[in-house]
Amino acid sequence: MTQTTDIPAGTATTAGARAHARDQHRRTADTMRHIPVATAPSSLTDALPDGAADRLVWSEALAFGRYTTLHLARGTRLRLTDTGDACVHTLLYRAGALHERFNAADTVKVPWQAYPGTGHPLLSDAGRVLATIVEDTSGSHDALTGATTLAGNMARYGAGTAHSASPAARELLTLGALKSGLGPRDVAPSLTLFKGIHVDADGGIRFTGSAGPGAHVDLLLQLDAVVVLANTAHPLDPRADFTGSTVGITAWRAPEDLAALAEGRLVGPLAPEHLQALNNTEHDLAARSTR
Amino acid sequence: MSTTFLQQATDAALVPGAVVLDEYVEARGPWSAVVAAGDVLTIVDLDGNQAVDCLLYAAGDTTVRYSAPVTIAQQRSIVLTTGSVLRADTGLALMTVVADEVGVHDTIGGACSQESNTLRYGQHTREQHACVENFLIEGSRWGLGKRDLVSNINWFMNVPVDPDGALGIVDGLSAPGKRVALRAEVNTLVLVSNCPQVNNPCNGFNPTPVRMIVTRPENAA
Repeated sequence: MTQTTDIPAGTATTAGARAHARDQHRRTADTMRHIPVATAPSSLTDALPDGAADRLVWSEALAFGRYTTLHLARGTRLRLTDTGDACVHTLLYRAGALHERFNAADTVKVPWQAYPGTGHPLLSDAGRVLATIVEDTSGSHDALTGATTLAGNMARYGAGTAHSASPAARELLTLGALKSGLGPRDVAPSLTLFKGIHVDADGGIRFTGSAGPGAHVDLLLQLDAVVVLANTAHPLDPRADFTGSTVGITAWRAPEDLAALAEGRLVGPLAPEHLQALNNTEHDLAARSTR
Repeated sequence: MSTTFLQQATDAALVPGAVVLDEYVEARGPWSAVVAAGDVLTIVDLDGNQAVDCLLYAAGDTTVRYSAPVTIAQQRSIVLTTGSVLRADTGLALMTVVADEVGVHDTIGGACSQESNTLRYGQHTREQHACVENFLIEGSRWGLGKRDLVSNINWFMNVPVDPDGALGIVDGLSAPGKRVALRAEVNTLVLVSNCPQVNNPCNGFNPTPVRMIVTRPENAA
C-alpha cells in the first residue's frame, strides 16, 4: 500500500487512525471468506470439477467452532470439503419464503433411507426438494442425532456459548439463523455432514466418525436457499477434548445439473418419491413465475 | 368397543394415583393438555396399532420444545421405551417414560403431512387429513405455529432401521389396550395428533380412538 509521508504514525489522530486501519486491508487468514471469489486459494479451487472455478460464486475456509450463512441461488452447486476432522451441522431454508425449511424426519422417511449419501434429497416441510446430494465421497453423515446443546457442552467441555472455546452447534446455528431474520423457533433438527452414526438392530446408535481428509459432499440447490452451517463437535464424539478441523466451502453455478438430475443423468434414475418432490418444486416455481 | 373403553380410569392408568384428567381422543383427532410436573400421562391404545403423534413443549416457555435428535443422542438409541428421557432442544428433560407395555416407540419417522403424503403415495392424497394439520390446529390454541413444529414422537409406531440404512413404517407391535406412561419432569404442554394416516401400516390403515389419563401419584409434590 502506498502511503504519503505526511500521515503521522500511531493512532492518536484521525489521519493516523485511518492510515492504521487501511493498512490492515488485504491481509489474509487461514480461515476466512474469500471475497471477491477470484481470491480463492488454490487449495480450495484445484480439486473442483473442470470449469467450476470459472463459475465460482463462493469460497470460504470455515474454522472449527465457527458458523457461516450462505444465500445461494437455485442451480448452484455447493461443495463442502473435509480437511479431515470437520463436522458440519446443516440447516436449509427457502429464500423469500423462510417458513419453508429443512425437515429431518421427511428427509429420512420419504426416501426410505436413514443415511444420506449420493442421490439423497434434502426435503422441505412443504413436500419439495431444497437440495440434492449429487456427489459424496465421505459416506459418513448423520440425520438422526442433530446439534449439541449449550447445557451438554457446558457439562462436557466446560463451555458452550457461541464465542466460547467449545461452542455448541445449536448456539451457532441459532446465530446463523438470527442473521437471516429467523429465530430460535426456526432452528429445527439439523443434518450433520462428515461425522457418521450407525443404527444397530436393537435401535442403538454407534458413532462411526469421519471418512478422513479430502472427502467432499456436493449439494445441488433446487430452490433459492439460505444455508446455515456450523462446524463444531458431534454430540457423540467420544474424544474428551473439543476437537475438529476446518471445512472448505466452494460453490459454483451449475444450472445444467438441474436437468441432468431430473433426467437421471447426474446420480442415476431417481426414486419415485424424489421425482414427486422435484415435480412439486417445479410446479411451485412455475405457479410463482410472472413470465 | 374394547373393554379398556369401559374400564375405570384408576384401573386403566398405568401408574396409580388420583385421576386428574380422563379424555378420549377421537379417531383422526387432535388433543392437548398441560401435564403438571410430577403427574403421569397414560396413553391407552384402545383398539391397537394406532400411532399417536406427539410433541412436547415446556409449558412456561414453548420455545423450549421436544428434540428427537437430542433425545436420541443422549440415550444413544432411536427406540423410546421405559427409561427414555424425552428432552428438549436445550437438553432439558421434559418427560420420562416410566412404564411401557409395547417396548418400541418411534421418534425418527416424524408426522404425516399433506405435502409429504404426495411424495410417498401420490398427488391424489393431498386432500387427506394429516397429522401436521392436527398439530397446527391444536397448537394454534396455545399460540404455536408452523415454526414450532419439529420432528416428533410416534407412540405405538414401529420404524426399524436395517443394516443398510433402509427404514420405514412397518406393522406395529402394539395391541388393544396396550399402554405407555410418561411422567412430566417440568410442567409440559403435550400436543397430540391421533394419526389419520390411511396409506401405511402405522395404524393398520384404520385410525381408531385413544384414551389419555393423567394421574397424580400419591407421593408426588
